[in-house]
Amino acid sequence: MKLTIPSEELLNSGNAACQGCGALLAMRYCLKALGEKTVIVVPAGCWTILSGAFPTSAFKIPMFHTAFETAASCACGVKAALRMQGKDDINVLAWAGDGGTFDIGIQALSGAAERNDDFIYICYDNEAYMNTGIQRSSSTPYGAATTTTPANMPKNTHKKDIVEIMIGHNMPYVATASVAYPEDFIRKIQYAKSIKGTKFIHIMAPCPPGWKYSSEKTIELGRLAVNSGIFPLYEFKEGRYIVRKIDNKIPVEKYLLLQGRFKHMSKELIGQIQSYVDRHLAILSAKEKMQF
Amino acid sequence: MRQSKDKNKKKNIDKPGKFKSHKDLPPMAVSLLPTSINKTGCWRALTPVIDYDKCISCMLCWKFCPEICITPEDKPKIILEYCKGCGICAYECPKKAIQMKNK
Amino acid sequence: MKLVITGNHAAAYGAKLAKPEVISAYPITPQTEIVEKLAVMVADNEFKSEFIKVESEHSAMAACIGAEAAGSRAFTATSSQGLALMHEMLHWAANARLPIVMVNVNRAMAPPWTIWADQTDSLAQRDTGWLQFYCENNQEILDTVIQAYKISEAVSLPSMILLDAFFLSHTSEPVEIPDQELVDKFLPKFNPEYKLDINSPKAFGGLVTQEWYYELRYKIQQSMQESKKLICDVGQEYRRAFGRGYGLIEEYGTANADILIVTSGSMVATTKDVIDEVGKKRKLGLVKIRSFRPFPNEEIKRVAKGVKKLIVIDRNISFGNEGIFFTETKAALAGLKNRPEVYGFVAGLGGREVTDEDILKIVDIVSSGEAEEFNWFGLK
Repeated sequence: MKLTIPSEELLNSGNAACQGCGALLAMRYCLKALGEKTVIVVPAGCWTILSGAFPTSAFKIPMFHTAFETAASCACGVKAALRMQGKDDINVLAWAGDGGTFDIGIQALSGAAERNDDFIYICYDNEAYMNTGIQRSSSTPYGAATTTTPANMPKNTHKKDIVEIMIGHNMPYVATASVAYPEDFIRKIQYAKSIKGTKFIHIMAPCPPGWKYSSEKTIELGRLAVNSGIFPLYEFKEGRYIVRKIDNKIPVEKYLLLQGRFKHMSKELIGQIQSYVDRHLAILSAKEKMQF
Repeated sequence: MRQSKDKNKKKNIDKPGKFKSHKDLPPMAVSLLPTSINKTGCWRALTPVIDYDKCISCMLCWKFCPEICITPEDKPKIILEYCKGCGICAYECPKKAIQMKNK
Repeated sequence: MKLVITGNHAAAYGAKLAKPEVISAYPITPQTEIVEKLAVMVADNEFKSEFIKVESEHSAMAACIGAEAAGSRAFTATSSQGLALMHEMLHWAANARLPIVMVNVNRAMAPPWTIWADQTDSLAQRDTGWLQFYCENNQEILDTVIQAYKISEAVSLPSMILLDAFFLSHTSEPVEIPDQELVDKFLPKFNPEYKLDINSPKAFGGLVTQEWYYELRYKIQQSMQESKKLICDVGQEYRRAFGRGYGLIEEYGTANADILIVTSGSMVATTKDVIDEVGKKRKLGLVKIRSFRPFPNEEIKRVAKGVKKLIVIDRNISFGNEGIFFTETKAALAGLKNRPEVYGFVAGLGGREVTDEDILKIVDIVSSGEAEEFNWFGLK
């Protein structure tokens, strides 16, 4: 047997995650990458519940619950304090969902990124307000059905491009990662750990109850999202785009129709989404070729 | 955050997390136990079963298990106390060595 | 060392002497000079601190919360709209038992736009679990910032120090700046029992059901009650160290007084002038409420004994009821046999001046029998 990712576990079993939870797997990989000299700040979201009810904790590291929109601002305060105490080698991690990042938390995140405060911000994106019952967020993809955008009036705007927004902040490192590619995921987090400044990593975390698929397909959906171009894996560092090539590009339909939240979609709408994704991939490819 | 004043007060509890009154509580909601006291295995509808004749010890099941309930060893074992039966291990196994069974 | 400085600068000196390791603040008139002075002090290496220039007051309080949770003393300052924006996090700070100290310059709430003195902003936060100290003059501001850290860190609850916009924030008065060494002796380093520590990992703030939430809240109330004695003890310790003592209230000219004026903030200083002039003649005394949370119920009961009338002057209003110090004073006296008559006056909202003549007019309205139970003074 050969382990391709670190073996240490910094999470306890027995948490309240749904079967097949992508967000749980994402945390598992992230903590393997960061190690035990880490403090985590968690705002409202699925991870509020996964972290364990009082008096239990799912973590083997120190953790602080904070208000919904304050992951980034609270993490800045933690880092400043630790640095003043001479503990600059402790990683500070802000771990927020898409709601707490794209929507209510974007101000604090933008402020922290502009100040280049030294911490890692990770957005685990399950593409809706899942903890409160699958309501749409600005991260919900075009055409998805949620409880506030039902199938006969689905979301009619595209997913906010949070990665491009963050790239616009002159940060040292912005990246996307997927639970379907753990080695790539861990490499990116370990790189973020090695440099100073604000680092932003956007993770796709498939959600069985929210996306309406059978729980064993979490990794499969992660792979399909990456290989259809719906969720491309790329990094922005030192002023350059580095885009992971897709070897065998698959049609978006294969990804979309595995999920109940898209099953109402017409062929026409799926076609529109295919064009949108193709265009986005072409832009990314062009950006990769540009020298800044 | 109380300065060491009440270190001398004995806490009236049998074990951590079993509070009898407000006097036993910490000043704020702070964890005293790991979540591993919750045996989530009772959530399962289907149970994974490994056929070790087919298993090639690739460790993909260990790698992709969200519940951390597969042991990282040549013959991986499912920790049934916690396994929620999501089926990821069975789906991802390249040799179809894991079956989800009604148990 | 004595300096002639504004209330804002006095707050900055008080904060500097307390040596917060993290300061995180956002500018708002009329608080700006507090944070500007602190930024210059940090840049000039007068003390070591990380000054996080956050993008809103809500983030300012969130950053203070993170810093204190990690075990470092934190400081912030704000006013009116900024304090209102922080509201959610004020609850968070107190419920998480984090002894943050904040200076709030009391400024009227908008709309309409205004920048002048009014206490409604901080009184609207009275239920958040923060201790509240209303300052009479610039010396008290500096002194109270230092004492507040000592009190807060002992009871694990945050404190806010209040000063009236422009009347104190921008008015210069002579202020004695204590020696750093003496302050270090008075105020030891912050050393919390519970903090984010990789050697003893804990999770803070997890889900609590109906089973224990009630008891956790009771513990906050208990600490608030304990802080009453502590505020007096720390005030006396401060007198021994620095020559100036403080308590929950201050009585001024109350011996033999038939009428007591009860008020807070800069109006206290004006009222003291009135008492000096005509107090003996008119059997008039003053009770300054310094600590609004915890509310000094027992002290109010004690000073009210044998007094014929109390006049509470509020630079604030709780719409649908009365001036807030008035309501709370009356409530404190509710169980007293032979209560004095209590009259409430709202005055000075939006920074309108309340002069010594105004205060005498208020007393006259009461003495002449023209006063209602609750009155708006000087309404045009």
